Amino acid sequence: MSALTELECHQDELVARAREAVAQVRDPEIPVLTIADLGVLRSIDVATDGTVKVAITPTYSGCPAIDVIGFDIKMALAKAGFCNAHVRQVLSPAWTTDWMSETGKAKLKAYGIAPPAGHASRRALFGEESIVCPHCGSSNTERVSEFGSTACKALWRCKACREPFDYFKCI
Amino acid sequence: MATTSISFAESSLLNLVLRRADDALILGHRLSEWCGHAPMVEEDIALANIALDLVGQARSLYGYAALVEGSGLTEDHFAYRREQHQYRNCLLVEQPNGDFAATIVRQVLFSAFMDLYWREMMTSRDKALAAMAGKAEKETAYHLRHSGEWLIRLGDGTDDSHERAQTALDELWVYTGELFEADDIERGLAQSGVAPDVLSLEGSWNQRLAPILREARLEIPQAPFMQSGGRSGRHSEHVGYILADLQYLQRTHPEAVW
Ligand SMILES: [Zn+2]
Repeated sequence: MSALTELECHQDELVARAREAVAQVRDPEIPVLTIADLGVLRSIDVATDGTVKVAITPTYSGCPAIDVIGFDIKMALAKAGFCNAHVRQVLSPAWTTDWMSETGKAKLKAYGIAPPAGHASRRALFGEESIVCPHCGSSNTERVSEFGSTACKALWRCKACREPFDYFKCI
Repeated sequence: MATTSISFAESSLLNLVLRRADDALILGHRLSEWCGHAPMVEEDIALANIALDLVGQARSLYGYAALVEGSGLTEDHFAYRREQHQYRNCLLVEQPNGDFAATIVRQVLFSAFMDLYWREMMTSRDKALAAMAGKAEKETAYHLRHSGEWLIRLGDGTDDSHERAQTALDELWVYTGELFEADDIERGLAQSGVAPDVLSLEGSWNQRLAPILREARLEIPQAPFMQSGGRSGRHSEHVGYILADLQYLQRTHPEAVW
């Protein structure tokens, strides 16, 4: 094996290790989701000297979780042996629930939160799509409040099983 | 005695960014005063959420203001360490919350303006402002929808709620002219493709409001004159009280971080 390929292998391995560490950081407000599931993690670069650059994007302008996420990323990287890490927030393109992975949506549903329905649009944002109850699967649901316990959720109620539930707004 | 106020180099772009940032911060602060006092728990959460969106928008804007100014100041310096006359927010957002109807009317009037403003800002030549607009426009559309629905419910509700909504509209209307005031700063930056032309938004704003007010059975007030002054730092006495609350910590312990 030539020295160059060895270096490249080493570099790929480093990137993979950094990615693995960062991708498992969780959203502090919905701990069942990782930042990779959410689509908040935009990119990871590892320089040859081992410095890691991570770009994340906030869900909402005022999302208080974003600072915690930045801190948790640095901690996760430090534990994986990357002591030099920079986390940058990018606003553009604006985050959308369309970036949430299918795994993420399934995890949300299992956690009792209705995942965003359909693709981002004005109609979807305003909750005009039919929302399926995460508890019993009924579509016989109604909106209780446009806002919920966090910026990204609205409060809904199921008329079939009578349970209230959070809906992750489609934005 | 040494002052804890910052001094900074003024420029058109900085002034414009501070206008948007101060509007968002002051209204966000006003709305947060409802936390724990709103008429119902869902609304308590809603107003706190809208406040959070606005304070978040303000943070991005102040961060950009610091970058534009370029002498090493931070978002906190701009938010907490200026004198009252250096705040550039419009008079509408500093008005006291009043009753729930007044808060809702203020929100509808402001959100209808910002909804149009951010949507146009998305095509700004200034990439940072366009990026902020891309996030804020969805949030603002949601605020407008929420407050608009409430205004319809109040206006088309009981005699009491109708009267309160109409009174609030009559009282706040004189502060809406300022939203469309195009001075040299607004005009210049509109001409260079950096920011929307606020004057041109007035027609669309009236069109956005008309169906909401009609459904709410509210009458558009006839204001003999419009109040003005916020954009040049001439505020009502209310701002002094807001700043006393907002700035206390940074004035007592300058540069405190946690
Ligand atoms: Zn159900």
